Amino acid sequence: MNIVTLSHYEQAIFVLSALVLYTSFSMLAQSRLFNLINIFAWQGTLLGMTAALVAFISNQPHLYISALLTLVLKAWLIPWMLRKQVIRLKLQREIETLATPTLTSLAGVGLVIFSYYIALPIKSLSNSITRNTISESLAIVLLAMLLIITRRQAVSQVVGFMAIENGLFFAALVSTYGMPMIVELGIAFDVLVAAVLFGVFFFEMRSSIDSLDVDQMNRLHEVDKR
Amino acid sequence: MELSLFANWFLAGLQTLLLITLAPLLLGWIRACKAMLHNHAPASLWQPYRDLRKFFRKEVVVADGASWLFRATPYIVLGTMILSAGVVPLVATDLPTAAIADVIVLTSFFALARFFSALAAMDTGTAFGGMGASREMMLSSLAEPAMLMAVFTLSMTASTTNLSSTIEYLLQHGLVLRPSFIFAALGLMMVAIAETGRIPIDNPSTHLELTMVHEAMILEYSGRHLGLIEWAHQIKLMVYGVLIANLFIPWGIATKLSPEALGIGVLAIIGKLMILGAVLAIYETTLAKLRLFRAPDYLSFAFLLSLLGMLSHVILEVG
Repeated sequence: MNIVTLSHYEQAIFVLSALVLYTSFSMLAQSRLFNLINIFAWQGTLLGMTAALVAFISNQPHLYISALLTLVLKAWLIPWMLRKQVIRLKLQREIETLATPTLTSLAGVGLVIFSYYIALPIKSLSNSITRNTISESLAIVLLAMLLIITRRQAVSQVVGFMAIENGLFFAALVSTYGMPMIVELGIAFDVLVAAVLFGVFFFEMRSSIDSLDVDQMNRLHEVDKR
Repeated sequence: MELSLFANWFLAGLQTLLLITLAPLLLGWIRACKAMLHNHAPASLWQPYRDLRKFFRKEVVVADGASWLFRATPYIVLGTMILSAGVVPLVATDLPTAAIADVIVLTSFFALARFFSALAAMDTGTAFGGMGASREMMLSSLAEPAMLMAVFTLSMTASTTNLSSTIEYLLQHGLVLRPSFIFAALGLMMVAIAETGRIPIDNPSTHLELTMVHEAMILEYSGRHLGLIEWAHQIKLMVYGVLIANLFIPWGIATKLSPEALGIGVLAIIGKLMILGAVLAIYETTLAKLRLFRAPDYLSFAFLLSLLGMLSHVILEVG
C-alpha cells in the first residue's frame, strides 16, 4: 500500500499518527514537569483528532464518542489535574536531570524499529487502511515504558503510565477501529480514577519521605542503615 | 539540437549567476526582517552589496607566517560554493547542470569548503583560529549525518538522489501529505541553521570571543579575501534556503524552458525565499544563543527528526 494511492484524509491519519509518535519522543527528552504535562495533553489532542478522522473515513459513528472522550479526558481533564497537583506540590520549577538524553532518544529509535519488526505479521493479517500505524502504536507503548524506566520523579512516571494507555487506545483504534464501547468507557473511567488515586499517592509519598523521588523509597527501613 | 543544448547550458549558467548575485540580497532581507522585529529602522536591503564592495576595495593584509593555503582558501571556498549553487535547481529543473551532480556531491562540496576554511584558520597559528576550526569541525561532524539522513528520506521517496528528478517526481504526484517530509523538513531546517552559523548555534552579528565559531575561523582575513569568504557564506545560506524551499514546496518551479514558466519560476522562488527569510528572522528573534556544549543536543535532535522521517517513510508510506 503506497501512500500516493490513498486519499488526503487517510494521509492525514498517517501524519497525525507520526506526530503522536513524535510527542512520545519529545516527552522522553523533556526535563521540565510542566512541559511534560503539556506535551502529554498535546498527545491526547492529536489522538482525539486521529480517532475522529478514523471515525470519518471508516463510517463508524461510535468512534466519535471515543474521540470526544479522549479529548475531554486526556487532552483536558487529566493534564489539568496533574498541573494542579504539581502546583500544590510546588514542583512547577523543578527540572529533572536526565542522565543521558541522547542515548535515551536513540534507544527510543531502537524501540520503534523493534516494534516495526514485531508488528509486521500483525500487519499482514489486518486489512484496515490504518494497518501501517499498528507498529507506531506499539512503539508509543514501549516509549512510554522507557519514559517510566528513565525517570525517578513520581509525577513523570505517572505521565508515562497515562501515555501507555494512550498507546493502547491508539493500537485498538488503528487495528480494529476501536474496542467495544463498554470496554472503552470502562478504561476511560479507570484512567480517571487512577489519576485521582495517583494524586492522593503523591501527597502520601511526600508526607512520608518528603520527596517525590522514587529512588528514595529503596531506603525505607525501620532503622536507617546509613 | 546543437542550439538547444547551447541554450540549456546558457540558462544553467544564468541560473547559477542569479543565485550567487541574489545571495547578498537574501541576507539583507533577513537582516531587515530582524531589525523590524527588534523595532529598529532596518538598513537598506542593498547593504550586504555595499559591504562586499567595500571589502573588495580594501587592501589585503596577510599574517607573516601564512602559507599559500591561507591565500588560496578564499578562492577555493567561493569556488565550491559557486559549484554547489550550480547543482541546486533554482528556477528550472530541466537543466544540464542538474544531471552532473546529485545531493551527495552537494554535501561534499560543503565539506570541501569547510575542510579548507578549517585548515586556513589553523594556518596562521592564532589561538582563535584553532578554536574556531575545532568547534566548526565538532558541529559539522554532528550536522552532516542529520543532513544526509533528511535528504535520504526524500531520495527514498523519489528513488533518486538527483535533486531535479526528486522535484519532478514530487510535482508529478501533486499534494501528498507525507509524514516523513514533515520530519525531514524540520531536520533539514535545523541543520541549515547550524551549518550557516545562525542563532541558536552561532551568532552572526557578534565577535564575542567565547562563543564565536565561524567568525573565529575567518578572524585573520581582511580585504578582498574576507569579501570572498563572506560572499561564499551568503551563497551557502541561499543554497540551503533554495534547497528547503524547492524540495518541500516544489510548486512554481519551471519544468519546461518556456519564457512564461521561467518567469513564474523566478517569482515563485523569490516569494518562497522571502517567506523563509521572515520565518528565520522570527525564529532567531525568539531564541537565545545556546551554550556551545548544548549544541550537540540541538544537533542530535535534528538527527532524531531526520531519523524519524526515515522511519515513518519505511513504516507508514511503503509496504
